[in-house]
Amino acid sequence: MLEEPFATGHSHIHCLDPRLKVLFATVYSFVVALSDRFPSLFAALALSFLLIGLARLNIREVAKRVLIVNGLILLFWLVLPLTFEGVALFYLGPFEVTREGLLLSARITLKSNAILLAFVALIASTSIATLGHALNRLRMPEKMVHLLLLTYRYVFVIEQEYQRLVRATKIRGFRPRSNLHTYRTYAYLIGMLFVRASERAARVHRAMICRGFKGKFYCLREFSFSRLDFVWSAFMAIVVIGLVIVEWV
Amino acid sequence: MEKIATTRNPEPATRNPIIQLENICFSYPNGRAVLDNLQFEIGRGQKSGLIGPNGSGKTTFLHIIMGLLISWSGTVRIFGKPVETEQDFRHVRQKVGFLFQNADDQLFSPTVLEDVAFGPLNLGKKPGEAREMSLDTLKALNLDGFEDRVTHRLSGGEKKLVALATVLVMKPDVLLLDEPTTGLDEDTSKRIIDILNGLDISYVIVSHEYDFLARTTRDIYSMQGGKIEYSGRSENLHSHYHSHPHGTVPHSHN
Ligand SMILES: Nc1ncnc2c1ncn2[C@@H]1O[C@H](COP(=O)(O)OP(=O)(O)OP(=O)(O)O)[C@@H](O)[C@H]1O
Ligand SMILES: [Mg+2]
Repeated sequence: MLEEPFATGHSHIHCLDPRLKVLFATVYSFVVALSDRFPSLFAALALSFLLIGLARLNIREVAKRVLIVNGLILLFWLVLPLTFEGVALFYLGPFEVTREGLLLSARITLKSNAILLAFVALIASTSIATLGHALNRLRMPEKMVHLLLLTYRYVFVIEQEYQRLVRATKIRGFRPRSNLHTYRTYAYLIGMLFVRASERAARVHRAMICRGFKGKFYCLREFSFSRLDFVWSAFMAIVVIGLVIVEWV
Repeated sequence: MEKIATTRNPEPATRNPIIQLENICFSYPNGRAVLDNLQFEIGRGQKSGLIGPNGSGKTTFLHIIMGLLISWSGTVRIFGKPVETEQDFRHVRQKVGFLFQNADDQLFSPTVLEDVAFGPLNLGKKPGEAREMSLDTLKALNLDGFEDRVTHRLSGGEKKLVALATVLVMKPDVLLLDEPTTGLDEDTSKRIIDILNGLDISYVIVSHEYDFLARTTRDIYSMQGGKIEYSGRSENLHSHYHSHPHGTVPHSHN
């Protein structure tokens, strides 16, 4: 299920302060999302590729994720040029393909890929645990952070619980069909999953209380801003300013 | 061989009782009475085992001691003082370590180190100090190198050991262990036995494995009909069950 294939590594990017990565990834995606000129979009895409390179991630794994997103983007290419109002470039049978539609599709493609790659390089290279604490330090409300961390921890347990229930139905010869028995069985299954999840939550809470939990989480990790972080902050600031200049000046 | 009754020693006189339960009654909402006028006592340094059939209320009993369930009547006394309010129990929980029957309930942090450090941090330790204590405890349990492992990807036995670490790191005066060895292989059980024998604190172990209890405890209590009774020294109990012709309880001879 939820693997974290990029979270381990020893590249410069992996060693950066996660707060810096979160901050930069956020600002960067806003700038890219709001940009419209092709020079800045191409520059951003190139930069994102550079980040991936610097993070020394497994290229195949990255490609898999990029392909999934671009599968969705392909739909835009099928629909937008035909439906977007604008100057007709050529005709496909009864449909007119517009210049504006094509340009819009291209922009969407560039933006999505640039942002996706930057997130893979910066955010996916951080473990969820570290990310949670970084968000905490960046003044994200504590409740949200705990929701993220505990969800991440127990999604697996609940999935296992689900698999166990499914197995229990299978070994007793249950085969899903389109009848009332099937619907009822699935309803029981899902109901049972909710019951177990809530009971588990109660037990986990008890275990936490036994270890002195008083409603507040403390963070073990002490973040420190190293020299490397300063160098990268400067680099990131220049990147953002550069993109803004290319786009809006 | 003789019955337990003939080999029974007089109940150990508890000097300095740490935990005392008097006349405890408890039942779950719309259920029958699980604990019925239960009496129990454990003294300083006493190492006890608790056996009893499934559903006899062993887990419930431990939860009452920890204040996770509140008894309907009776008194829980810890270190001689009655504990009643949540505030009292909060204090108790710093001194009494509780290992849950299911390790998945106990380990909720993403990484092992964070989970072990959770207790010390709650006790107000500085992050650096908490990290140090956690690493030391992991090392003592032969778990060095586990600190960055992701908790949900550990094996069942590893989870149990890490859960034990999360309890021991808080340096409790008493340990309550709810089936610490279910699902563990011989080696891991042996490791837990060594660890427990090396501890200089009192504990109560709930277990169905007589061999394990014989090697870790001195006094055996049994739970039946909502009450706890003293059954004798663990070595007697062990031989009794070994020679029992109808013993259906699986255990290893070695
Ligand atoms: N949350 C609950 N609500 C209602 N009844 C419960 C609840 N938990 C346990 N019981 C019932 O209380 C009784 C005692 O349960 P308990 O878990 O204490 O037994 P146990 O001795 O620990 O058993 P085991 O050896 O199987 O762990 C059982 O009959 C059980 O069905
Ligand atoms: Mg139990």
